[in-house]
Amino acid sequence: MNIYWQLVWAYIKIGIFGFGGGYAMLSLVEKAVVAPGWISETMFTDIVAISQMTPGPIGINSATYIGYVAPGEVDPELSGIGWSLLGSCLATLAVVIPSFLLVLYSSHFIRKHSESGVIKAIFSGLRPVIVGLIAAAAIMLMNGANFNPRGVNWQLWANIGICVVAFCLAYFPIKMAKKKIKIHPILIIVLAGITGLILYY
Amino acid sequence: MGEYFSLFATFFKIGAFTFGGGWAMISIIEREIVDKHQWIKREEFLDLLAVAQSLPGILAVNIATAVGDKIKGAKGSMVAAAGTILPSFLIILAIAIFLTPDLIKNNRVVSAIFMGIRPAVVALIIAPVITSAKAAKLQWKTVWIPLVVALMISLDLGLISNPILFIVLGGLGGYLVWRLPQTSKLKRN
Repeated sequence: MNIYWQLVWAYIKIGIFGFGGGYAMLSLVEKAVVAPGWISETMFTDIVAISQMTPGPIGINSATYIGYVAPGEVDPELSGIGWSLLGSCLATLAVVIPSFLLVLYSSHFIRKHSESGVIKAIFSGLRPVIVGLIAAAAIMLMNGANFNPRGVNWQLWANIGICVVAFCLAYFPIKMAKKKIKIHPILIIVLAGITGLILYY
Repeated sequence: MGEYFSLFATFFKIGAFTFGGGWAMISIIEREIVDKHQWIKREEFLDLLAVAQSLPGILAVNIATAVGDKIKGAKGSMVAAAGTILPSFLIILAIAIFLTPDLIKNNRVVSAIFMGIRPAVVALIIAPVITSAKAAKLQWKTVWIPLVVALMISLDLGLISNPILFIVLGGLGGYLVWRLPQTSKLKRN
């Protein structure tokens, strides 16, 4: 039963301090759910991949998935579908309720203070931190579990190769018929999955 | 009843068909709410957007809540937020039921696919580091902040590696940098 309170508390905190969008939220999520051992590092990475490939905000997607698997991972007695459903409902509600209430009850306050410049000032301090939060999420995922799960040397280099190529595809627009086209993240993940199937099957 | 349903349906559609979260959703929300249904004026929408952006949490849900509240009060905000959340909740639930951690680990095909996907996911998070660093217009005075934050969080040193600590410090720092010159000016005058 304890795991449900922990899930709710973790996601309420993510909801309250989740500034700067989905990617910045990732390091909060990782600290909250991987560190206590609710899910493994690779599973966290997989959830990010699944979130990228499905519609909807990454914050909701991760709460739903992690809420679903965490009870069973922590306590084998809670591995039924009912327990999983309860976990995913609670985690999803917990991540949205703080901001839901803030939007309803603090919009007047926000409007009043955005004129005075306080909000702008706070965000000028938050913005560099948000860059750091996203970078931290990336660094924490650059680990052996994600890059060399089987401990084979050539596979490590192949995975670094996949990472570099994926970065170039994601970051640099491709010029095609005088138009700059950015490749969609879903396509990048599909290509990486096919490469994985060919290399590691 | 009709208006609640159409509010729910509109946000459900937006939640079901937008990939990539917040920013991708905004233009679609604007088109549906301002242009198609004409529930609110464009200036009002921009005002709500500014509020939604100033608050923590999931941007798309914040906007849905603000728009629902504007049109139909507290009930409307619940309906709109539920509409935004439900599609991704249901889709992820369906995936979680079939794509279990056990299957990802032990099925040869699935595990090979995910082994290839994981390094690409890392790359997809590195890209926004650079874009957000550019957008934040970092200068020599501020470039150390993301470096320290990223280092401290990823080093895993217990309490001082907690991302929440740095979020609070960042907000507080921004406030003080803005506030202190003002108070000293006041004193001088």
